[in-house]
Amino acid sequence: MSEEVRKPRPAPDPASAKYKLNMIAKQAYDDVAEAKKRGELIGWCASNFPVEIPETLGLHVCYPENQAAGIAARGGGERMCSIAEGMGYSNDICAYARISLAYASGAEAEEQPMPLPDYVLCCSNICSCMIKWYENLSRELQIPMIMIDIPFNPDYEVSDAETAYIRNQFLDAIAQLEKITGKKWSWDRYQEVMEISGRTSRAWLAATAMARYVPSPFNGFDLLNHMAVMVTARGKPEAAEAMETLLKEYEENHNKGISTYRGEEQHRIMFEGIACWPWLRVTSRGLRDRGINMVTTIYADAFGFIYEDFDGMCRAYAKVPNAINLEYARDKRIRLCQDNHVEGLLVHTNRSCKLWSGFMNEMSRQIGAACEIPVVSFDGDQADPRNFSEAQYDTRVQGLTEIMQSRKEA
Amino acid sequence: MVFMGIDIGSTTSKGVLMNEEQAILAQHLVHAGIGTSGPAAVKRELLAAAGLQDEDIDYTVVTGYGRRTYAEADSQVSELSCHAKGSAFLFPDVRMVIDIGGQDAKVICLDSHGRMTDFVMNDKCAAGTGRFLEVMAGILQMDVSELEQEAAKATQTLRISSTCTVFAESEVISQLAAGAEIPALVKGICGSVASRTAGLVRRMGVEEKVCMSGGVANNGAVRRAMEEELGTEILYSPLAQFAGALGAALYAMEKAGKEKEHE
Ligand code: SF4
Repeated sequence: MSEEVRKPRPAPDPASAKYKLNMIAKQAYDDVAEAKKRGELIGWCASNFPVEIPETLGLHVCYPENQAAGIAARGGGERMCSIAEGMGYSNDICAYARISLAYASGAEAEEQPMPLPDYVLCCSNICSCMIKWYENLSRELQIPMIMIDIPFNPDYEVSDAETAYIRNQFLDAIAQLEKITGKKWSWDRYQEVMEISGRTSRAWLAATAMARYVPSPFNGFDLLNHMAVMVTARGKPEAAEAMETLLKEYEENHNKGISTYRGEEQHRIMFEGIACWPWLRVTSRGLRDRGINMVTTIYADAFGFIYEDFDGMCRAYAKVPNAINLEYARDKRIRLCQDNHVEGLLVHTNRSCKLWSGFMNEMSRQIGAACEIPVVSFDGDQADPRNFSEAQYDTRVQGLTEIMQSRKEA
Repeated sequence: MVFMGIDIGSTTSKGVLMNEEQAILAQHLVHAGIGTSGPAAVKRELLAAAGLQDEDIDYTVVTGYGRRTYAEADSQVSELSCHAKGSAFLFPDVRMVIDIGGQDAKVICLDSHGRMTDFVMNDKCAAGTGRFLEVMAGILQMDVSELEQEAAKATQTLRISSTCTVFAESEVISQLAAGAEIPALVKGICGSVASRTAGLVRRMGVEEKVCMSGGVANNGAVRRAMEEELGTEILYSPLAQFAGALGAALYAMEKAGKEKEHE
């Protein structure tokens, strides 16, 4: 038992970005639950599905990946994964999928409840595991599924042909959703949603770019929490407002020379991969105890959706991190490392996610070579706590710290 | 002045006492690692061998898996940096260290000052580590230290194709049941450890000169298989298993010096 005497936490300031962002994330679940109670049809939506579509139609949707992360962060990952394994799912498949499929089958999750869906929205720009996950949801719950195909992009740009291919599917998805829910699409409303989403995205990009200052005005672990709002609510005015507050706070921190990172920032790293939610405290403490601030992650770049029109939106969804080629993905990260004065790269080899781990060895090797920084990886899992070893993590982070330290001394 | 380096691993504890001329005063190994009385026994034996008392030790650095729970040290350094430093002490020109311990395998790159610049480690699987050899030796009813001699008798190699320790165990059992020659099988087992770790080395790109440290380095059959895999000579010292403790003792000397400067 720790002898540490915990100071009582001050009540959160309702004007702070943290409070506002947490409330938006919480409100999203409450809104869907209420809509369901009112008898409205509600959906489950993949994180890289164009959220502008349900938002414009005024539909209430929730996000299984976000729910699974919440369940895992609050200690329910192993229980839910085991239930899914008992249903016959292999423990090799994504833990988000296992948690979600267990939940859809009726397993309770007090950690983060949400209502069962009346339709599901999926998009292949995430991964092929997710396609099967959503197909199973649709079959088992006997509900309609809208599946959009956005192929893996081998180029840096999105061709006109691909844009047209995506546009037609988006329009078709809108028509299907109008039919399923009885709601009507309005281009004026879409214009509004697009503008708000752009405003939210600009504030997010500007806030995360504040890490260019040394020391950084924020602890990069903040981003892992706040990005939930970017994924699920960026088309809502309150999200734009909260992100602008976040930017303002970071600017103020910088002007005052303070940071949400507690302690002295001695080293700056980029964290690669999805967070290890069941071990979030352990992984963040392992860095903080050594004076390491995780100043950036690909999420800092990934959720800045800025576009001018419907076709621009189609192209944006073909450029999400999971749908782009190694070289493009590498270049984005190299830029983040250079802009934010990163001194080391810590890679989470995520046993759940073949997509985020498969090309990681080679990509991180290239980033290390281009930025002349050490690269260290550790085994973990975004939601299944059984795939992580604290001792292994600790040794590797210490090794990384020692290299960064000896480079400074040299 | 006297400096102690202690390396607490998963299966063994190693210690080295050194003076300020970098002369080794004593070294000792106990086959008991983290969570046992091994570390205390190592210290006791070191002091007895050098004819010293507890209070004669000026500074202690602990390393290894058990470094966080050993309260008697002045500071702790990761086994990565310690193996780098200890190996550079044994071979000043070395640029790459392959350390295979009880539970993990690491490949460490060094600069010309013996400082670690990069490393890779095995993933969570025990294949390619000392534990793999222990399990295999167990099936063959041998001690790990006998594997080298047994492999030397082989006229051929029986390859073990499974990298998973559990699968390899059943593979070895079925080979035995089919009447396989034991030396050929042992040579195959040693080769399997080498090829697994060679994959890690290739990820970094072979940088001459290469040495091996850690307990598995004592197994000549693994060293020779590694040389064949990598096409380069593998330097070896009988002190290979003490490389981590040696590095820790050298760090102890550096850190004590720095603290003095501060005073
Ligand atoms: S975590 Fe990986 S495997 Fe799971 S849904 Fe996301 S991209 Fe797919």
